[in-house]
Amino acid sequence: MVTIKIDNHEVQVPEDTPILKAAEKAGVWIPTLCYSDLVEPYGVCRLCIVEVVRGKRSRVVTSCNYPVREGISVLTNSPKIQWLRKSIMELMLSRWPNVKVVKDLAKQLGVEKPSFISLERDEAEDACVLCGKCVQVCKDLVKAEALGFAHRGIKREVVLPFGVNSERCVVCGACVKECPTGHVKMVIEDYRGKKPEFTLGPKTAIYVPSLQAVPRVPVIDTESCIHFETGGCETCAKVCEPNAINYDMKDEVQEIEVGQILVATGYDVFDATHMAQYGYGRLDNVYSSLEFEMLLNSTGPTGGKVQMKNGKEPRSVGIIHCIGSRDANHHPYCSRVCCMYALKFAHLVHDRTKAAIYQFYIDMRAFGKGYEEFYSRLLDEGITMIRGKAAEVAEGYWTDNNERTLLIRCEDTLIGKFREIPVDMLVLCNAIEARHDSDQVRKLFSISKSPDGFFLERHPKLDPTSTTTDGVYIAGCAQGPKDIPDTVAQAGSAAARILSLISKGEVEIDPVRAMVQEEFCSGCRICNNLCPYGAIEYLEEKKISHVNEALCKGCGTCVAACPSSAMTGYGFTDAQILAELDGILI
Amino acid sequence: MAKPRLALYWAASCGGCEIAVLDVQEKILDIANAFDIVFWPVAMDFKYDDVRRMDDKSIDICLFNGAIRNSENNEIAELLRKKSKVLVAFGSCSMEGGIPGLANLTTKDDILKFVYKDSPSTVSTNGGTYPQTHTKMPEGEIEIPEMWDTVKSLDQVVDVEYYIPGCPPQPEQIWNVVSYILSGQPLPPSGAILGAGEKSCCDECTRTKSEKKLKQFYRPFEIQAKPDECLLEQGIVCMGPATRDGCGALCPKAGMPCRGCYGPPPNVSDQGAKMISALSSVIDAHEADEIDRILNQIADPIGTFYRFSLAHSLLRRVDKHETH
Repeated sequence: MVTIKIDNHEVQVPEDTPILKAAEKAGVWIPTLCYSDLVEPYGVCRLCIVEVVRGKRSRVVTSCNYPVREGISVLTNSPKIQWLRKSIMELMLSRWPNVKVVKDLAKQLGVEKPSFISLERDEAEDACVLCGKCVQVCKDLVKAEALGFAHRGIKREVVLPFGVNSERCVVCGACVKECPTGHVKMVIEDYRGKKPEFTLGPKTAIYVPSLQAVPRVPVIDTESCIHFETGGCETCAKVCEPNAINYDMKDEVQEIEVGQILVATGYDVFDATHMAQYGYGRLDNVYSSLEFEMLLNSTGPTGGKVQMKNGKEPRSVGIIHCIGSRDANHHPYCSRVCCMYALKFAHLVHDRTKAAIYQFYIDMRAFGKGYEEFYSRLLDEGITMIRGKAAEVAEGYWTDNNERTLLIRCEDTLIGKFREIPVDMLVLCNAIEARHDSDQVRKLFSISKSPDGFFLERHPKLDPTSTTTDGVYIAGCAQGPKDIPDTVAQAGSAAARILSLISKGEVEIDPVRAMVQEEFCSGCRICNNLCPYGAIEYLEEKKISHVNEALCKGCGTCVAACPSSAMTGYGFTDAQILAELDGILI
Repeated sequence: MAKPRLALYWAASCGGCEIAVLDVQEKILDIANAFDIVFWPVAMDFKYDDVRRMDDKSIDICLFNGAIRNSENNEIAELLRKKSKVLVAFGSCSMEGGIPGLANLTTKDDILKFVYKDSPSTVSTNGGTYPQTHTKMPEGEIEIPEMWDTVKSLDQVVDVEYYIPGCPPQPEQIWNVVSYILSGQPLPPSGAILGAGEKSCCDECTRTKSEKKLKQFYRPFEIQAKPDECLLEQGIVCMGPATRDGCGALCPKAGMPCRGCYGPPPNVSDQGAKMISALSSVIDAHEADEIDRILNQIADPIGTFYRFSLAHSLLRRVDKHETH
């Protein structure tokens, strides 16, 4: 640590700290245009000049890259510095008279008008001031080196190599963020990273998957992280105080041996772009239910404020039920949860805005405890309920201010009339559907699914949590659309079933089983994918097949198929059956 | 001590089994040294009467190859049974009817009709000249054996102690059996299958096996089979899974599907039925039309699945009335 004096303020900083940072600590402002915490300073704008006094000697240096030394004293605003700084500022202002940061800084430094006119005047408001932060950050931090300087002196400019889009650019946007004038712009021509689940706002490459994530730690999307593209950046590691960022961690596949499995793989949301008439993905301010939930969330992109794309509060909000559910063209079933969350949305919008709220429903299904009461309360709040499925959503204009709005065309079946209702914002209550990969998961666990795609329980009333495969249970929306209380109840029941077997320790199973007589099995593997319960496995090291007796139900499919009769049924061997036949025939 | 007495006989067979015996190469001298060969029509000049004159049970071991196709085969089978202590069904034909057994798909009348009358290469005069069992000649009456309607395996006409499978049995396996007998160890219980393994041909096959799903069948000439993968997975009907091991999986190793000559594995009674059951389990189709399309690609199903075992299988023969 060294102690230095800056404009009569004493400050203690580690050795080699740049004067600029020391001044910041001392609370002394030094103007600068090209300094960035992210990269090595190289003193190009010259605005941060200060006078360094050591004994009787004094010199003018750029404070951003001049390291402190014991005993020096720094003058940031001496008459000499003031005069020099003004000259620099005038030079800048004369060259870039319309750039906001230059104008603001000039004003702060008392430069009203340059006393001369530059021949290289650039009148643009977003002119490049040659601070070089974009080039520096791209080269030193991102390590992509997609930007560089060309030419010298007054012709110096920031360019892409050979003036063409660089393949080395990782589209990180660091240059855009660093540019103080807005000269560097980002035009996304091609989204190179992984598509985020919600596109409501930008997302960083390191993020917490969801606010309810357990454990609630950030993950790195290696496909869009700059570090994994170029080896540079590491900004997150630099700012992480407990040094928790580890770029070497890899996805790993772990094999864990378990006795029972609870399949709770959840659901997918119906893609509303399949119903083009509602304009999702085509018209602005049309949201899916999950997107709107995100928008309403106090940690969402708008901090929970209900606002349109243009930042204004909507005058009216429409909520259309049954998007993709109860629809012969998509899913015939009812998604069960939509009516209630639609009412919740209406309640929250009513609470937070003055917007008129319209609900378009087929039937109101307020089936749970307290649900009907909530529905009544909503009616009292003045929500407009329109019984009828919206036919289509068109674009229109408000007559008073010519602003665009959406028109919902529908039949109001309670008054028997066709209606057109203007809404600024539209929420679609998408159906819950079986996950796109449910078929693979189903095969993995040897369980069945119902025609709607959800996993099938052993019995719809008497055994709704277990499956036809012993030891495999299902819960939540993987089994069918259900709300949180139902999911919790089903998961609890499944957990209890699992625990009851765990506490038993040993389980009695039916004696009817298939078994492999190992001395006769040649490992031809004909039986391997026949078992409807997934009980047959192939032992690579012994080169024979093996029956997991806990899974086998003794159906005999494999016994019939085994070409060498190595697979046989306990109690039903050929010899036993033939002996029985002999007994009958004699 | 006198040398054990050995007899070898061929019934309805191609001669391959005899060649297989000679294929033990220089060890044939050991065999000749160790045994007193009392009857071997293919190699030495013996007459049936020589056998008839022997005492009952005076032959220690008789290796009998070939199926029982006519009255002569049957007569000598019964004769050798009477004269031998140990009668061994040697080779596929003797053990389960073999290739001659496929004649059970038709009848004696149809065969004779085709061969002596209908076949394009036969010039038929006077409505066809058929062989007769008894023909009067100036020197006297000639008798030739009568062809049977149904081909049988050896154990369907006489009791058999042991079986040595194969078409033909592999020379190494023949030597294994012979040297075991010469070693003086106690013989295995009657009914045993000698010179073969306990598993299926797949055990000896070096091709990589994985889970099977078949959408298409090929005959061997229709496809260039990959050298390391299971032939069955490539759509070539290989009888390996339903065939006893012991041959060293010679055919699959050479790129040809197993024909099933070593007969069914230990616990299987009907090789063809077992293979059909196995194959139908791994056909990857659900629609009836699709299943039919796939199954129709198997050319000559009975000649594929019952190539050697028809006469000894649960089927045995085609119903005689149906062929007319």
